[in-house]
Amino acid sequence: MKERELRDLIADVKTGRLSRRTFVQKMIAVGLTAPMAGMMLSQSGVTMAAAEIPYKPTKAGGGGLLKLLYWQAVTLLNPHFAVGTKDQEGSRIFYEPLAGWDNDGNLVPFLAAEIPSKENDGLAEDGLSVVWKLKRGVKWHDGMPFTADDVVFNWEYARTPETAAVSVASYKDIKVEKIDDFAVRVSFAKPTPFWADAFVGAYGMIIPKHLFADYIGGKSRDAPANLKPVGTGPYMFVDFKPGDMVSAKLNPDYHVPNRPHFDTLEIKGGGDAVSAARAVLQTGEYDYGYNMLVEDEILTKLESAGKGRVSIVETGAVEFIMLNTTDPAVEVDGERASLKTKHPLFSDPAVRQALNLLIDRASIEKFIYGRTASATANFLNAPERVRSKNTKLEFNIEKANQILEAAGWKKGADGVRARDGKSLKFVYQTSINAPRQKAQAIVKQACQKAGIEIELKSVVASVFFSSDAANADTYPHFYCDVQMYNTTMTQADPQFFMNQHLSWQAATKENKWQGRNISRWQNKEYDEVYKQAEQELDPVKRAAMFIKLNDLVVADNHILPLVRRPKVTALKSGLTAHISGWDNDLYQIASWYREA
Amino acid sequence: MGKYILRRLVIALPSLLGISLILFVLLALAPGDPFGELAANTNIPPEVRAALRVKFGIDDPILIRYVRWLVAMLHGDWGFSFSSRINVDQLILQRVPTTLFVVGSSQILALAIALPVGVYAAMRPYSIFDQIANTVAFVGFSLPTFFTGLLLILIFSVNLGWLPFVYRTDIAATGWHWYWENFKQAIMPVAVLGLFQAASYTRYVRSAVLDVIRLDYVTTARSKGLDEGKVIVKHVVRNALIPVVTLVALQMPAVFGGAIVTEQIFRIPGIGSLLITSILANDTPVIMAVTFVFACLVVVFNLLADIIYGWLDPRISYR
Repeated sequence: MKERELRDLIADVKTGRLSRRTFVQKMIAVGLTAPMAGMMLSQSGVTMAAAEIPYKPTKAGGGGLLKLLYWQAVTLLNPHFAVGTKDQEGSRIFYEPLAGWDNDGNLVPFLAAEIPSKENDGLAEDGLSVVWKLKRGVKWHDGMPFTADDVVFNWEYARTPETAAVSVASYKDIKVEKIDDFAVRVSFAKPTPFWADAFVGAYGMIIPKHLFADYIGGKSRDAPANLKPVGTGPYMFVDFKPGDMVSAKLNPDYHVPNRPHFDTLEIKGGGDAVSAARAVLQTGEYDYGYNMLVEDEILTKLESAGKGRVSIVETGAVEFIMLNTTDPAVEVDGERASLKTKHPLFSDPAVRQALNLLIDRASIEKFIYGRTASATANFLNAPERVRSKNTKLEFNIEKANQILEAAGWKKGADGVRARDGKSLKFVYQTSINAPRQKAQAIVKQACQKAGIEIELKSVVASVFFSSDAANADTYPHFYCDVQMYNTTMTQADPQFFMNQHLSWQAATKENKWQGRNISRWQNKEYDEVYKQAEQELDPVKRAAMFIKLNDLVVADNHILPLVRRPKVTALKSGLTAHISGWDNDLYQIASWYREA
Repeated sequence: MGKYILRRLVIALPSLLGISLILFVLLALAPGDPFGELAANTNIPPEVRAALRVKFGIDDPILIRYVRWLVAMLHGDWGFSFSSRINVDQLILQRVPTTLFVVGSSQILALAIALPVGVYAAMRPYSIFDQIANTVAFVGFSLPTFFTGLLLILIFSVNLGWLPFVYRTDIAATGWHWYWENFKQAIMPVAVLGLFQAASYTRYVRSAVLDVIRLDYVTTARSKGLDEGKVIVKHVVRNALIPVVTLVALQMPAVFGGAIVTEQIFRIPGIGSLLITSILANDTPVIMAVTFVFACLVVVFNLLADIIYGWLDPRISYR
């Protein structure tokens, strides 16, 4: 999709010929994020019009107890230390960011008075700064006023390396200054097209200066408020047992009128996903179940009890197969899959093309994931495909055979194709997880019919996804021909996501396999376009570049997307929750309510 | 006696040291790292992870880390959890009451069932009652707790809807209602653990009583004309229970250590579930502390069992 086409689409949104939601979906389909699409629209003059969230209660309180079940328990309540999503969720009850992302990529203000835009002079023309105006009259749970000092403090707190905050990436390269008590300016070192990172979403939650000021840097672990959060959010802290439960009660001074609806709230943690689904959908013991990593078949069966339903929300997570560009069998300078080698089989484009045709995405969706995934060849495809995406998921064993035949790969006596003494035999690895093993089997079966022999390998998830430089079975080592895993695009801006194909990001022994380019795919044009995109201020031009980057990767068939994984949650009947695929599940917890 | 205890304690020290060293090295060599989740999050640059590793001292050589851990431990500093960043002792203390309550009650339940059943079965060996008790006991300790646990959940929570299967520590109620709710949620886990334990206790009690009941002094007591109840309670059970007391003492560490599987099934926030989640999260300081405390308890209660045994049975002497 070229810049021209993007501009036409945006014009259509402006005139109302295309709905905002459809536009966002089209952008997601070409591999962009909903927030990025929202930014494009807002900077083209289509205002961020976050849909009014339906909220029926006419007063705060009266909703009783809201019971949330997380099978991964919350272990800490400081958003700057939140290693996993579960910890961000726990913090989100008490703390709020300046703004969050709704499901259509709109920025929704929480502690900000308004979303910065060119119209309200929030955004500088040169892309070097943003001015956030803060909401007035907001109080911390202990009664202290919330001001610009708190915002500035969060920047100092997070960017200090000794604090050991996991949010450091969002804060280390910016400068934040106070303009007055209710306005701050965020300045960037270089023109930054995607300005809504610091103070936005999961890593944007603001902690109070008056309680954390003495615990910046090395003493960060000692702050009493780490365990007893005092925030601005709709619920106030009652009790916390790490790894077990969090309980909270209604904040009578909440800065949004008539909210929240529930008098008390409890997050229980632990156990496994299936029994969590059972506790919400079948017995109704709980109101909400987080991240239902459960086979759709089971979910459907549990839903039939009629006590609850499953909510499915699109996200940017994609399950994909990756073909190694380097040779994992040869050791050079003490490392396998070295950049100095070339994969003996995948260096032939015909083999990669054939493999792409041998992935039965429709069956993987239908028989393995059901509603909990949608087949995709997108994230990286040309717009023609996007427009008719269901028909273009090509699965064609015959065509794959023809391509291989034409490229000179002939079947031997054992039914395996070979050329110049090299047989088409691969090792295909992934983490241990029932749906993944089933997907492996589906691919293996189809490949067999095309004369490709695949050996399946599965690695325990805790090893596969670790960053252990000494273990050769981790995914960044990729000492294997083919591997499959899921990559989440939790961050709103795809720029960081796209750096995983840059030449200089290749995972090697030298960088202890910390590089993000795991396939070791290298392409000069890609590197060039990426560098341009980093500097490009026009969001539409920039989006076009990202789409171009996607096309470059996919056209080469080293990365083969399988299915898109949505966010799956379980909700008890009667509960209205507002969940976004681009922010924490609890980002709108203030507006959840229950109808009798 | 004093000398004996002292000697045992002196022997215990090197074994505890050895245990801790082996645990530490095994954990250090095991794959995975506590910041694996950060690795999967594309929003966090690798430098952040590297900095955290350095800050938490994970990249130092194993032996240096071990010595550092040992010295801190001797000073009473158990370290802090990587995943929740709070002190390990605090984390463990929070979990102890729940585990004590659930596993302790299950032990009491087990004894309450095993003692009468075992004794009665031994009084009438090979009778119908004995046969049934034996069969049930065999079935009982052949069925793993994860099976009986799920079975009970299926029957009492899902089908009948009588009992909750998620254990809560923050029940918002007072007075009798609070006790009732706590009782209700503890029924299933206590039953699962208690019946399992009761099955093996029953077998022990039965064989211990059988050993004693045939002895001459029992016959003497009977021929003196004492009534059967007195003979059994005063003469048989008292002596038969000596090995059972030892067995119970040896089970005590488990009361503190929790029940990993059952706690996980019913989401009981006890020591067992703390251990398993820490293992899954590679939270080394917590794993070390829990396993080491467990090792200490085993050593201590072994010693205690030996002492109680000698006290109950004067024929045993300590050298």
